[in-house]
Amino acid sequence: MLSINDLHAGVNGNEILNGISLEVKPGEVHAIMGPNGSGKSTLAGVLAGKESYTVSKGTVTYLGKDLLGMAPEDRAREGIFLAFQYPVEIPGVTNSYFLKASLNAIRKHRGLEELDAVEFLQLVKQKMKIVELDQSLLNRPVNEGFSGGEKKRNEIFHMAVLEPRLAILDETDSGLDIDALRIVADGVNKLRSKDRSVIVVTHYQRLLDYIVPDFVHVLMDGQIVKSGPKELALELEERGYDWIKPQAERSGAAV
Amino acid sequence: MPAGEPSRVNAMRTEAMAEFAAAGFPTTRNEEWRFTNLTPLTKVAFSLPGNRPAVTDPMLHPWVLPGTTCRLVFVNGVFDAGLSNAVQLPAGIRVESLAEALRKGDAEVLHLLGTLAPVKGNAFAALQTAFLNDGAFIDVPDGLTLDVPVELLFIALPDVQPLAIQPRNIIRVGTQARLSVVETYAGLGTGVYLTNVVSEVFIGEGAVLEHDKLQLEGGGAFHIGSTWFRQGRASTITSNSIALGGDLVRNTVTATFAGPDAECTLNGLSLATGDQHIDNHTAIDHAHPNCASHELYKAVLDGASRGVFNGKIFVRQDAQKTDARQTNKTLLLSENATIDTKPQLEIFADDVKCTHGATVGQLDEEPVFYLRARGIGEIEARDMLTYAFAADVVERVHVDALRDRLNDLLHQRLRAGRVSTARS
Repeated sequence: MLSINDLHAGVNGNEILNGISLEVKPGEVHAIMGPNGSGKSTLAGVLAGKESYTVSKGTVTYLGKDLLGMAPEDRAREGIFLAFQYPVEIPGVTNSYFLKASLNAIRKHRGLEELDAVEFLQLVKQKMKIVELDQSLLNRPVNEGFSGGEKKRNEIFHMAVLEPRLAILDETDSGLDIDALRIVADGVNKLRSKDRSVIVVTHYQRLLDYIVPDFVHVLMDGQIVKSGPKELALELEERGYDWIKPQAERSGAAV
Repeated sequence: MPAGEPSRVNAMRTEAMAEFAAAGFPTTRNEEWRFTNLTPLTKVAFSLPGNRPAVTDPMLHPWVLPGTTCRLVFVNGVFDAGLSNAVQLPAGIRVESLAEALRKGDAEVLHLLGTLAPVKGNAFAALQTAFLNDGAFIDVPDGLTLDVPVELLFIALPDVQPLAIQPRNIIRVGTQARLSVVETYAGLGTGVYLTNVVSEVFIGEGAVLEHDKLQLEGGGAFHIGSTWFRQGRASTITSNSIALGGDLVRNTVTATFAGPDAECTLNGLSLATGDQHIDNHTAIDHAHPNCASHELYKAVLDGASRGVFNGKIFVRQDAQKTDARQTNKTLLLSENATIDTKPQLEIFADDVKCTHGATVGQLDEEPVFYLRARGIGEIEARDMLTYAFAADVVERVHVDALRDRLNDLLHQRLRAGRVSTARS
């Protein structure tokens, strides 16, 4: 589904990603962990098409296409969804208006008929239950005045409505209490399927108790320094990140 | 001098003419007019409207608010009974032509006329008074509520000769009375003309008023609008001033608290493109304690248009517990569009809250990316955000028919992240 090969990217000439390679197959859940500043959010932003990042080297292929050559909206229409670490407040645009425009843009791209107001509302009511989101948030401006937890749940709600092929969750667990975390994780788990892949970007292992990954990758200084099965996350939780770095350097030196 | 009119009115005209002749039009050396150069206006030789042009109901169709049952229509500044539909009003409420009220020598009108708009030191109020003729007179006596909005529709039909159209509106809302008024200024076609309107609005104790102004003058038009509010104790007003038309536009809104515990909300929205120039001046006089004023003026400027915002707030020595907030936000869609924005706070009391803020710039890129990352095209995303920026003011209008009309107008005028000149 997604194939990242030797990706280098940065902001204003400062390289943040120093050669990342990653293979994500349909149905897989990959966790990307790492300390602050390791480049986790940059990777998520580059995949979604954030224009403030410049890719200097490497390729990303998504469903056989050159992802890096696509506009952000085309990536979304092709099935990529980024759950933002900091969902943006948009005064004056209601949540439901935004989501309907979004869903219909994606449906149109896929040759499906656009949903009318009634059909949309039916769909949305059903999806809101997945993340236990209050229906009043539909008619409020996007994220404006939402609590931290509501913003994150709203992102997963959008994901549930848009049904992406590849979902990237950027620190969706940050700022959530344990109940909200469980709701968000349940929402994600309900969407897991053999065709849908998920990349979970997180600083803490906690979220991975609920969204159990197939693979865990450790990102440090813009590189994946270690990959392993889900048990790696537990090890990171116990021992922190410091033990990996020297080991990685040693293995690097040995090559 | 029209038959039946008290001689005092003509004396006012004469005095005002003398004032205007002595002072002339202000220049940019006058601080109040620093950013608005009136030279293009002063070069035009204006005529007074002559024979009433033929205007029919269908011609009004694009401008009237659907469903309004109390409408006064003025063609080139003169009341047209045939086009108006001031239906049955509750006993005591008056919605009529000012000329008619003056001809009747109405004591109420004579008592109010000219008490808020000074002819000294105000060239356009003087000029308007010198040619004082017609306009609207609305009187809602104490304790009464008019459930339906009053629509005042001023239609301009440009002539071969540039016309000077100068209405005067007198609006009184009595103690504990309630009223909503919508003033619409619309140009049928393109051509040089001047609208110079003065509205004097008197709000009694505990009264509630919404005053909406929609300015849709034609291309080539000058629009100078001056509105004065005087608020009694514990009264509440909301003024929404929407400026979409005209070439050179100056709106001045002045609100004075004449008693304590009152509240005043002044909102404004300008959309401009081409070489339109839209100047909004506001002045709020906190002359009494414990009054609140909230101000939100926004502009969306495209092309080589120019905006001006000047917001004066006086807090006098006795006006303790004043709460005054002023916000001015401008969205520049083009490199050639400019705004001059100036808050002007003069505070002489010590126990007050006064805040002001101004932002000028382009759309934030963060929301644009957020929308695009959800599959919405870039142009559509910019459209949506520009619309939302402007709709923020429109949402504050409580007259449903006007708010719907304004939303339609925003959709027409804001396309592909630009301001279009399309005039219906």
